[in-house]
Amino acid sequence: MPQVELQGPNVGVRAIFLTFSRVTLSSFGSPLFWARRALVERQHWLTEREFVDLLALGQLLPGPNVLNLAALVGYRFAGWAGALAACAGFMGWPFLVVIAMGALHQRYGALPLVQQALTGMAAVAAGLLLASGIKMAAVLPRQWRHWLFGVLAFTGVGVLRWPLLLVVGALAPCAIVATWKDKD
Amino acid sequence: MGLPTIVALFLYFLVLSFLAIGGLPTVLPEMQRYVVEVHHWMTSQQFATAYALAQVAPGPNVMYITLVGWQVAGWGGAAATTLALLGPASTLTVLVGRLHARYPNASLGRAIRRGLTPITIGLFLSSAWILAGSVNRDWRGYLLTLLALVLVLRTPWNPLWLIAAGALAGMAGLV
Repeated sequence: MPQVELQGPNVGVRAIFLTFSRVTLSSFGSPLFWARRALVERQHWLTEREFVDLLALGQLLPGPNVLNLAALVGYRFAGWAGALAACAGFMGWPFLVVIAMGALHQRYGALPLVQQALTGMAAVAAGLLLASGIKMAAVLPRQWRHWLFGVLAFTGVGVLRWPLLLVVGALAPCAIVATWKDKD
Repeated sequence: MGLPTIVALFLYFLVLSFLAIGGLPTVLPEMQRYVVEVHHWMTSQQFATAYALAQVAPGPNVMYITLVGWQVAGWGGAAATTLALLGPASTLTVLVGRLHARYPNASLGRAIRRGLTPITIGLFLSSAWILAGSVNRDWRGYLLTLLALVLVLRTPWNPLWLIAAGALAGMAGLV
């Protein structure tokens, strides 16, 4: 087995499994808010900068970006066992929960009150996610070029609803070339 | 439905996982075509319900693939679709992550990282924006979103309480 790059705090497989279990079970709306809160704010496993880096990598590759983030974080601290623990914690519980919900739905159908509660929860979840994005923007250097690409990505995907692949495919090469000589 | 169905599901979702560049939503229509129109394993109504249930369950939104597998072939089907669709992507991610960790100062890697950071943050805000737009029906919903945004930035309160308050507001018919 190749050597594992141990960086930062010493984190075990068990802690990885438990952390991602907690993240996923708190995740109403989007897990990204809870992942950032746990990894950056609570446990201090990653700095804001490292979180954005790993998320960028996860977004670039196929698969759900938070699951990719889990795999990267798990691997970073405890090798393949850590990656497995992170993915198992992150996917295992929702796997059981959705099947339970499917079975309940088959038996009882949808309850209007539950539907209403979920609408309110989703509205809050959207606010939480926006807050995380605002905090993450603090890592950007104070140079207009960096902000320009952030604004363009937001406008293309968020406002105009163009396909993600198209927007990233067009912006990424330009952004890499434009910021080539900059310092981090 | 037995083992042949589970194997067919596994193989098909494995193929889909390699086509899902740019995220799983890009293969959603193809997935529906396969299980609903080609094989009649479930109705389009059941497919839509599976999708809706997974959106409200805790965890990542992709869990509808688990429900689709479960609907078609029980526990074996659920495991087949989930593992086939997510396993290869996660493995590839770790392999690329290893390269990334091994050469942290390669100039190409650094340039890519620097260029992608603002785009990543822009996409992050996009998904939050789209979520806000799809869940909120009128100004009261947006007000709740704004309130949650301000409170989570300005107070040390556990956000789960905010979510719970949102649930109560919803049940009371405020949003």
